[in-house]
Amino acid sequence: MADKLIEINHLKTSFRIGDDYYAAVDDVSLSLNKNEVLAIVGESGCGKSALAFSIMGLHNRAKIEGEILYRNYNLVDVDESTWSKLRGKNLGMIFQDPLTALNPLMTVGAQISEALFLHNRKLSNEERKAKVIELIEKVGIPRPEHVYMQYPHELSGGMRQRVVIAIAIANDPEVLIADEPTTALDATIQSQILDLIRELKESMNAGIVLITHDLGVVAEMADRVAVMYAGQIVEIVDVHRLFENPLHPYTRSLLNSIPNAEKGQEKLHVIQGIVPALQNLPREGCRFKDRIPWIDESAHETTPELHEVAPGHFVRCTCYKQFHFPNEMKEGQAHANS
Amino acid sequence: MWKFTVRRILIMIPQIILLSVLIFILAKMMPGDALSGLIDPNIDPDTIEEKREQLGLNDPWHIQYVNWVKDLFQGDLGMSFFYKMPVTELIGQRIVNTFWLGLATLILVYLIAVPLGIISGRYNNTWADQLITGYTYIGFATPTFIFGLVMLWIFGFYFGWFPTGGSVTPGLEPGTMEYVLSKINHLLLPAISLALIGTVSTVQYLRNEIIDVKQQDFILTARAKGAPESRVYNRHILRNSLLPIAAFFGYEIVGLIGGTIFIEMIFSYPGMGQLFMESIVARDYSVATSLVLLYGIATIIGTLLSDIILSIVDPRIRIK
Ligand SMILES: Nc1ncnc2c1ncn2[C@@H]1O[C@H](COP(=O)(O)OP(=O)(O)O)[C@@H](O)[C@H]1O
Ligand SMILES: [Mg+2]
Repeated sequence: MADKLIEINHLKTSFRIGDDYYAAVDDVSLSLNKNEVLAIVGESGCGKSALAFSIMGLHNRAKIEGEILYRNYNLVDVDESTWSKLRGKNLGMIFQDPLTALNPLMTVGAQISEALFLHNRKLSNEERKAKVIELIEKVGIPRPEHVYMQYPHELSGGMRQRVVIAIAIANDPEVLIADEPTTALDATIQSQILDLIRELKESMNAGIVLITHDLGVVAEMADRVAVMYAGQIVEIVDVHRLFENPLHPYTRSLLNSIPNAEKGQEKLHVIQGIVPALQNLPREGCRFKDRIPWIDESAHETTPELHEVAPGHFVRCTCYKQFHFPNEMKEGQAHANS
Repeated sequence: MWKFTVRRILIMIPQIILLSVLIFILAKMMPGDALSGLIDPNIDPDTIEEKREQLGLNDPWHIQYVNWVKDLFQGDLGMSFFYKMPVTELIGQRIVNTFWLGLATLILVYLIAVPLGIISGRYNNTWADQLITGYTYIGFATPTFIFGLVMLWIFGFYFGWFPTGGSVTPGLEPGTMEYVLSKINHLLLPAISLALIGTVSTVQYLRNEIIDVKQQDFILTARAKGAPESRVYNRHILRNSLLPIAAFFGYEIVGLIGGTIFIEMIFSYPGMGQLFMESIVARDYSVATSLVLLYGIATIIGTLLSDIILSIVDPRIRIK
């Protein structure tokens, strides 16, 4: 794998609750390469957005430690004026909810135009308008001249998300972060938006961080996948091996909880419990332990580390070696019981 | 937008008709009529009856109503028995004073509300915000007439900085600089008193609006575009919060109407409000009903204004 666009080392993003800080992203190390789609998967509340917002510098009251290396910057401590040069120009972001992501009192044209204006003062008004129309066309919105003058509420959710995407890609960013870009949309619209992102990926040659809780989206879009649980990465691997040979119990549970027509699975696995609230996250030992109580305590590491189990395949904790679902027996036991 | 405006104006017509009917019925239900206060008790009851017949006071009520409306359209609001002059003329003198008082108050309301609301909303939960919020709570809790009295006593009587009554120093030639300055001097204290209390709802509204807009998702979109904080603030947060304030303009006028009535009484300011109170005390029916009608129409027009401004500034309303 070639050039790293972004390298994250020991990132820790903490929010203040009461008098204490609690890490929503806890010691994450990760890198994004050129021209790849890196998916970040996990249930809601695992810290995916907190991670994305840290990369974009959009947290306004969080403590961020560690390094996010991009070009010759450490994004953890660049100043506001540098941020406003990088955001929108080098780093673009697509948000989850297109219904709220646009200013209701500004026309679509003005909102896309602002993204261009902020990073290129040399364009004349006519040139900028032409570029905006071109962008509207590029994200697949029909009648761009007309939509240019429309307000967000006049467009459907899918069309609004295309506008959000147009804003994000207006200046051809090197890094595009999409935080659950299709979660708020209907199924058919979802696949259209994913198609659009894929098309853009081909033409833009950007690195894309795609955040999702939907493994179907991962299968369709990703090159590499980081599985996140309770603020930590529990497994990183390329997309083929993720589906062929998932290792971490959390990854396997996620995969097992989606219906699979091909395998004709009899039983879906439902992951027990929920992601604990930030204040109640287990900070010691394996964080997933409580949700797989049938696995022996001794299977877990005391301080779980990410282990490189095969080239480019990282798994946290040792519990994966002994993991099985409650309805399937462990191999040894199977013999003993028969 | 034109469709909306026209429709909105059309709605006003039945509103005004309903208002006039209500006022007419209420006036008729009150004991006595335009003649009972006017006439010397020594006059022979037959003469009064004759006069009644002549004035149409014995006609069925709907005929009286139609005649009343006809007169209204001809600018004839009847006679004031107390002042012995046509109501139109009487109100004409006062309405100008109230207009200037209202205008000065409105300007002050916005001069106070906009900066305070912005500081309070932008820096919410700082000491400055707490100070301003404290002021708004006090403002909400204080009745206008009590505050007016206190202001009159302190700045009018105790310090003697402002005149304590009237709308102009007697004897000045209208049109001269002295006359204008004296007018301004007379309306300043009542306007300040009314504005200091009347502005608090606008301060609160602007503060809440800013705090609300600050947390909206589209603010993140603006930051993610690379907009510097000052631009995010001016272009997105402030603009989106000020527009509804602009739309409140008409309601503000409506709110001020009640305030001017009390303040004019306390400052003996010869405006419509003072006339209204006097006419009620003196049972000067033709004046009182005319003023209620005028206030009612002003209220309807105020809300109309707000609705139209809102439809101009908020594209989401424009369409409907
Ligand atoms: N601003 C914040 N203040 C306090 N807690 C937060 C804040 N933002 C997120 N959290 C908490 O951090 C955890 C991770 O949230 P988030 O990153 O939004 O998860 P995800 O995007 O994976 O659903 C959650 O427990 C959430 O409640
Ligand atoms: Mg999220």
